[in-house]
Amino acid sequence: MQNPYLPYPVRIDKITNATEDKSLKTYKFVFLDPDDERKFAYKAGQFAELSVTGKGEIPIGIASSPTEKGYVTFTVNRVGLVSSYLHTMKEGDIMGLRGPMGNSYPWDALEGKNVVIIGGGFAFTTLRSSIVYMLDPANRSKFKDIHVVYGARSPGMLLYRDELTKWEERDDINMHITVDGTDDPDWKYNVGFVPTITEQKAPAGNDDTYAIICGPPVMIKFTQPVLDKLGYTHDRIIMSLENRMKCGIGMCGRCNIGKEFVCKDGPVFTLSQLNETPREY
Amino acid sequence: MKVIKIDKQDFTSGIEKLADSYRLFGPVKEKESYAFQKLEKGQLPDFNFKNTRLSIKSVINPQSEVMFEYSLDEKQTDHHVMKEAKKDYSPRAIFGVRPCDGKSMVLVKPNFDTLEYKDNYWLDSYNCTTFVGLACNDPCSTCFCTSAGSGPFDETGLDVLLIDMDDYYIAKAVTSKGEALLSAASWDTAGTLDDVEDKKSKAEKKIKTSVSIDNIKDRSINEIHQASFWEDIAFSCINCGTCTYVCPTCWCFDIQDENSGKSGVRMRNWDSCMFPLFTMHGTGHNPRGEKTQRVRQRFMHKLKYYLDKYDQGIQCVGCGRCIQSCPVNIDIRRVCNIMNDYNYE
Repeated sequence: MQNPYLPYPVRIDKITNATEDKSLKTYKFVFLDPDDERKFAYKAGQFAELSVTGKGEIPIGIASSPTEKGYVTFTVNRVGLVSSYLHTMKEGDIMGLRGPMGNSYPWDALEGKNVVIIGGGFAFTTLRSSIVYMLDPANRSKFKDIHVVYGARSPGMLLYRDELTKWEERDDINMHITVDGTDDPDWKYNVGFVPTITEQKAPAGNDDTYAIICGPPVMIKFTQPVLDKLGYTHDRIIMSLENRMKCGIGMCGRCNIGKEFVCKDGPVFTLSQLNETPREY
Repeated sequence: MKVIKIDKQDFTSGIEKLADSYRLFGPVKEKESYAFQKLEKGQLPDFNFKNTRLSIKSVINPQSEVMFEYSLDEKQTDHHVMKEAKKDYSPRAIFGVRPCDGKSMVLVKPNFDTLEYKDNYWLDSYNCTTFVGLACNDPCSTCFCTSAGSGPFDETGLDVLLIDMDDYYIAKAVTSKGEALLSAASWDTAGTLDDVEDKKSKAEKKIKTSVSIDNIKDRSINEIHQASFWEDIAFSCINCGTCTYVCPTCWCFDIQDENSGKSGVRMRNWDSCMFPLFTMHGTGHNPRGEKTQRVRQRFMHKLKYYLDKYDQGIQCVGCGRCIQSCPVNIDIRRVCNIMNDYNYE
């Protein structure tokens, strides 16, 4: 019987600052046993428990795409005991990785559809995974139009800026990058909050179009009425939730919203599904 | 399945024999209450108890359990890599399991034994155990097992049911695992169930309180969640968590790393939905930050979420421990009936 609590040993291969205030770092992990990488087969939208030996575990969305082989990446905000310690660790250090966990974005349903990705702040990690996955030459033809609305407080707080710039230059993805405000005279993208930019740039909702939203509660609160106005039905609005977790496999009991566990039945739910649950997240 | 008659003087010799092939556990008096403990050589389970303070959860799923060991010493090979802790899963028998506790195993198992994941700690511990039940001839005033899907003579989840017939025991094998234990103890005198029915109906008649769930079943989760009675129910609660610890069907746990110098262990510990930290995010945001939300979570989980999720009744066996132990007299029977009788519109 495989022990679902046993992490795969990994080595920190590379650490990069992800935002200008250094509150987020991106970690690239390599599996000590190459066979574990095969066992860690994942889909965009899933998460894993980062196991910092001697400190504990934290559930973090997988930022790399299944199409990127040989490593797996996570972008981690410095918040609590484990993530703060992780921010002090060095390249070459050994830790663990347990997963992949959760249900992923509904890739079967999204096939053949327009996909509108709406993200804010730090919640762009599994969205980055999704974009890289969809833009892969083997996958791009499976999807119709792709729109991305992504906003942060300032240009330096946008995650994955180099990639955002490259995606801007492509003609098979419609990027709508925005910041709340900036004094950078060379800023050539949008200025304004995510809900506003969504209203201006996102295509109207229909049976062939899905919106995936990930962001801070305040962004979601003001974006949802915009999507309603644009004609998105609640079964076409997809959200990824976060809750405190320990086991990650639906057993330890804390991350539930009603009878669903965010860790196992989620973290991805449609708004229709969420409407049926007590919103304890 | 075999029905065996065990004279009380033969009981002792049987237990001694079993000690050769099983690790024996049973109720032992501890100050004013009883607890399940490992029986030392020659020690007998003490059957002079109504019910134990903690259920057999304390044996199957201990309050604290080491999962992994690790070294933080970079001079060691495999430092910072989790190693499975050594465990003893040799055959074990627990004596004196009340039928409510036996039933609790059946309710808890689906949480740890799922299609996608198997919790090896719970399952290995459960699988190595033979559950020897003891029927309740004399239930407590707080018992309501008969309306919670169990009963004082319920065999569900047990391998053997012992019935105290005053001068002797009747042992009813429920599973082949139970038959094997009876053979190993050399308890082999055939008995009959003739007088058992009478004992059983007498015991059931002594249970005077009940819960109803018909209406809870028919209502949606959100309807019950948003009902107006939760503030009243939670008012006196001090979120001490006692109810969750004494409950045989509460299984929530925490995982923590404990370091000692350059080495340490990753362990799991019972946790409780009554504690604010249970759900608090790293950011400080807490989806169940208010006492009422936590009390509601506990009762909704037991009496509605579980009911809807598994379709095998409520996550409660009617043992009444939470009623006995609650320092502010919150009574799950009352809560369940409020939830059931409320005028939902």
